Amino acid sequence: MTLGGQYGTVAVMVVFGAVLYAIIMLLNRLMRPSVPSPLKLSTYECGVDAVGSGWSQMNIRYYVFAFLFVIFDVEAIFLFPWAVIFGDLTSSTTPSALYALVAMFLFIATLLEGLAYAWRKGVLRWE
Amino acid sequence: MSRPLWVAGLTAGLTFLYFLLTTAILIWGERRVVARMQSRLGPNRVGPLGALQTLVDGLKMFFKEDVTPAMVKQPIFTVAPLVGVVAGLLSTAVIPIGGEVTLGGETFTLQVADLGVGVLWFLAMGSIHVYSVFLAGWASSSPYPLLGGVRSSAQMISYEIAQGLAVASVFIYAGSLRVSDIVAAQSGEGLLPGLPGWFAIPLLPAFAVFVVGMVAEAGRPPFDLAEAEGELVGGFHTEYSGLRFGMFMLAEFMAVVIQSAMVVTLFLGGPSGPTFGLPAPIAAVMPTVWFTLKTLLFIFLFILLRGALPRTRYDRLMALGWKLLIPVGLVWALATAALVLVREDGGLSTTARLGLAAGAVVVAVLGLATGRGGRDAATIGRAVSTAVRPTAPAATDEPDPAEVAR
Repeated sequence: MTLGGQYGTVAVMVVFGAVLYAIIMLLNRLMRPSVPSPLKLSTYECGVDAVGSGWSQMNIRYYVFAFLFVIFDVEAIFLFPWAVIFGDLTSSTTPSALYALVAMFLFIATLLEGLAYAWRKGVLRWE
Repeated sequence: MSRPLWVAGLTAGLTFLYFLLTTAILIWGERRVVARMQSRLGPNRVGPLGALQTLVDGLKMFFKEDVTPAMVKQPIFTVAPLVGVVAGLLSTAVIPIGGEVTLGGETFTLQVADLGVGVLWFLAMGSIHVYSVFLAGWASSSPYPLLGGVRSSAQMISYEIAQGLAVASVFIYAGSLRVSDIVAAQSGEGLLPGLPGWFAIPLLPAFAVFVVGMVAEAGRPPFDLAEAEGELVGGFHTEYSGLRFGMFMLAEFMAVVIQSAMVVTLFLGGPSGPTFGLPAPIAAVMPTVWFTLKTLLFIFLFILLRGALPRTRYDRLMALGWKLLIPVGLVWALATAALVLVREDGGLSTTARLGLAAGAVVVAVLGLATGRGGRDAATIGRAVSTAVRPTAPAATDEPDPAEVAR
């Protein structure tokens, strides 16, 4: 039996990793002691009794950073195919190398402006 | 390319073993080196120079009770460590740890899969690792893990962008995402005769951004905010114990090895190196030796950083990422493209070259002339100078008069 393509090997690796993890956890289950008590199973709270839910409020800035992340990560994804073919472009190809460069300049300048705006608005500051 | 199942299985197993072994060396080496830096002895009882201490510690984990607190959200609590370990394992799939070895009539390529998306696969697996961190923190339904998880995931996604942008300039030089193409593109001679054609030399700014990014991505000192035990206890894995906790530790240490291996592949020529005209069986192993040496160099750097630098404050960490590394990465990707165009004959007409140079001058003058540019430069300088400083308040933290007025 042969595996066609590279992803077949990756699939072998996924199975390998998952099976290994399962075996390790099974062995662990057989060997470890299990002596639960209500106190041991309570939420960790530096020695005091936990009150209410464990989900506390978070700083809103994390949310803003998540938004910025989406913008810039998608931008990076747009950048990669451009970077890959960029070396093949010359002045005689369509599009020409200069056109491709200027187009990417404009695209990135727009996004940098967005970053500068967020910066100016104080979004990137932690008080 | 298709190969028999057993060859694929053996390659995957060997790669896994290689990275596991390197991780064990990292943990042992870290304890020895940091002990030396702190005038202690470090582990020296189990095996020669305490080298088997890691193995024994791992074995001990098997016999520890696995406390699952009553409040946790199943099954995510159980699945989170699995996601982290498997994502780490899978990102090793695209890293070539050596050349081709012939054994039993079959040719082994010491790279599990030479995917067309190559480096993108590595970045994607890094993103999946973030899920493990965040979900572990969330599913614990406990304040400290939640805060630690959010903190770590915000840090990891921020530096992931910086890393991705640094890699973009490598793609421009190599013209491919495929890891074997990137390694091949670095095999020639460099700018000067005698120098290797490694991308670390012409793409030095991208290399620097990637190295800083990888320390933050692996969550290692001085960027180990997740484990700021003074404020967050243990970060996202506070509620984990026993072997599940061990799995998080494994994923974290493995991330160090994987990041080191990737920076070697992308910027230091991967497994390439001289074979000194050695006979065939030894020469076939030489790439692996070179790769291991280069990777160990970066692992040593990680250890030195941990021993030398105190933890940064979170706002400085984020400022370094967003205000310095991401703009530098972006601008450098474009500068690389412009340089490639200018260098290529026929890539650009003389008028266009002059126009490009004039445009660069105009942008630089505009950036320097506007007050905003000056302030930004000051902020960047502050971010750089304070990012590596201890958490004690620095004199530069006085409020800017202009800020107060606003």
